Amino acid sequence: MSANDAESAKDRYWAKTRNLTIVVLVLWAFFSLVIPWLVGPLNKFTFIGFPLGYYMIAQGSLIAFVVMIWVQNWRQDAIDDEFGYGEE
Amino acid sequence: MALMQGRFIDNIGRVYTIYTGGFLAFIILMAILEQLGVGADTIGILFVAFTIAIYAIIGWLSRTMEVDAYYVAGRQVPAVYNGMATAADWMSGASFVALAGGVYFGGYGYMAFIVGWTGGYVLVNSLMAPYLRKFGCYTVPDFIGTRYGGNLARLCAVIVLVVASFTYVTAQIDATGTIAARALHIPYHYGVWFGLLGILLCSMLGGMRAVTWTQVAQYIVLIVAYLVPVIWMSNAQGFGVIPHFTYGEAASSMTKFEAMYGLNPPLEAIKGLSVLTTPHTGPVGDYAEWKFVTLALCMMAGTASLPHILMRYFTTPSVRSARKSVAWSLLFIFMLYFTAPALATLTKLQLLDPSLPTAIIGKPFAEVASLDWIRNWSDVGFLAIADQNGDGILQLNEFFMRPDIVVLATPEIAGLPYVISGLVAAGGMAAAMSTADGLLLAIANALSHDLYYKMIDPKADTAIRLVVARVLLLGIGALGALIASLQLTGILGAVAWAFCFACSGLFFPLALGVWWKRANREGAVAGMVAGFGAGCLYLYYVYTGGTPWFGIDHLRFGIVGMAASLIAMVVVTLMTPAPDEEIQRMVDETRVPAGPPILSAKH
Repeated sequence: MSANDAESAKDRYWAKTRNLTIVVLVLWAFFSLVIPWLVGPLNKFTFIGFPLGYYMIAQGSLIAFVVMIWVQNWRQDAIDDEFGYGEE
Repeated sequence: MALMQGRFIDNIGRVYTIYTGGFLAFIILMAILEQLGVGADTIGILFVAFTIAIYAIIGWLSRTMEVDAYYVAGRQVPAVYNGMATAADWMSGASFVALAGGVYFGGYGYMAFIVGWTGGYVLVNSLMAPYLRKFGCYTVPDFIGTRYGGNLARLCAVIVLVVASFTYVTAQIDATGTIAARALHIPYHYGVWFGLLGILLCSMLGGMRAVTWTQVAQYIVLIVAYLVPVIWMSNAQGFGVIPHFTYGEAASSMTKFEAMYGLNPPLEAIKGLSVLTTPHTGPVGDYAEWKFVTLALCMMAGTASLPHILMRYFTTPSVRSARKSVAWSLLFIFMLYFTAPALATLTKLQLLDPSLPTAIIGKPFAEVASLDWIRNWSDVGFLAIADQNGDGILQLNEFFMRPDIVVLATPEIAGLPYVISGLVAAGGMAAAMSTADGLLLAIANALSHDLYYKMIDPKADTAIRLVVARVLLLGIGALGALIASLQLTGILGAVAWAFCFACSGLFFPLALGVWWKRANREGAVAGMVAGFGAGCLYLYYVYTGGTPWFGIDHLRFGIVGMAASLIAMVVVTLMTPAPDEEIQRMVDETRVPAGPPILSAKH
């Protein structure tokens, strides 16, 4: 593999990583900024006995964060492996 | 321990399983002693003393004279254990002691801390941890100093780090003092020094290695101590053993009780204590949503810039395990944070719901005044009841409490055996000590590695460097205890300030250092100086009585700091030449998980 190929592999790797990161950050902004803004209206709904808005900021968004990080790492590991950067 | 020397890492699962079993056995032993008539005071003292003794032993066994072990625990901490250590490092006295109390009194507004302190890990994982691990630095200023080059950038980072961490550490020492005072029945200002002694025992001899392994032990204690009372209480109230998904009805019923008793300010306020005036579940008042979002944003960006957290991810063996360990960290932290609102709700229900035997609001004043837990906490000045309207009935606005004590007092409020109160005290102590350890180490390491070794005496040999680090640790700890004993601000307030300082000065220089190749030294210095300067000036302005802009008060001054930091960094970077090719190549290397670290080991 020539130096140029290696460089373009790095670029493609970084483009994929960056796209994944952007998706994660958009979801992050939704759960951490948009949802809390809407707690008042959401509280008119009930979810397993909770006012929905309260539920989201007490548990829902938190669960979303945990899931997001695990999924992100799973995808990122796949990207690393695809480009052969996964070796420890 | 001797039979496992050198192979501790291989036996780690077994060691901590035995430890957890031993801790549970100790709890059962205490419960038996209580049944045999041993006094509550003795049990409280035994709990605190026993757990601190364990941490001190771990600290002693982990002593080291190697630079790599002292600064980054030899970079061999497995992801799961680093996750636990980070969780303990992270969950401070504020999370353990004050958070549920904040939700109890602050409702919606305080939940911003819960969202902020969990959501921040998404930023840590996406923007910071894997790249800083690849860099191979010992401290956060080490990254700034190498990426941007030059001692000025390094020095700015050290200053922001020291101010933020020091603000934070005084709050932690304050928390250990509060708990020690209550559990050991000693005056607060002795409690503070006692707490510091425990903290130093864990970190002095073994640096990061000792702190890592005590933090894992402390996580186990604190999570058990947090969950047991909630599970017990919820079971007693008929919400089952896992209240998190079943207390919805309790949360919904709060509106009813709030209407029944009325959320009125007290006729006569009592200094330092609060009455309940905020609704539990929804936003109220001007800017409520804006305030939530700005506070959450400051806490999240602060999470991703606080050096004592970031440096935990320097201790893992690889980039992948650094990411994995962020995921574990958040999972372990989540366990406590989604319990806190449940605890706040159930405790409130205990006090407010007239159908429960523990209710006090609406009961005859004399009857409430004779309750043991009311008397115990009134004696130390953390709680007060006053029949201000003279009707002989305790109204909601006649019950005063310091928010910080909600968690500590809950077992007594719910009428749980004293062994649970002792357990909670030990848990709170573990939470405050573990965070204080991490912070003191972050400060001392930045000063010894970045200021002393990198800037003042680059030829210093290992022994001298490690002696300097330890002397600094001792001095900073003592200074922290001294300031904590002055009690300048509440625990939660001081913590919010620390996050705002950190995100004002460090967030953009750190994030853009990886994500924007064009970012250069001039821009980074401008970003740190402008962000930190603007944040401090704004804090001074609001704190001395200035009218907050758009409701941005002293808890969320990081918004102003971050805005200034971003603008200054981008503008100055674009006005000055791009960094040279070597730096650009360094950034490229940072983005790739494989290959050797940027900085050599033992730099």
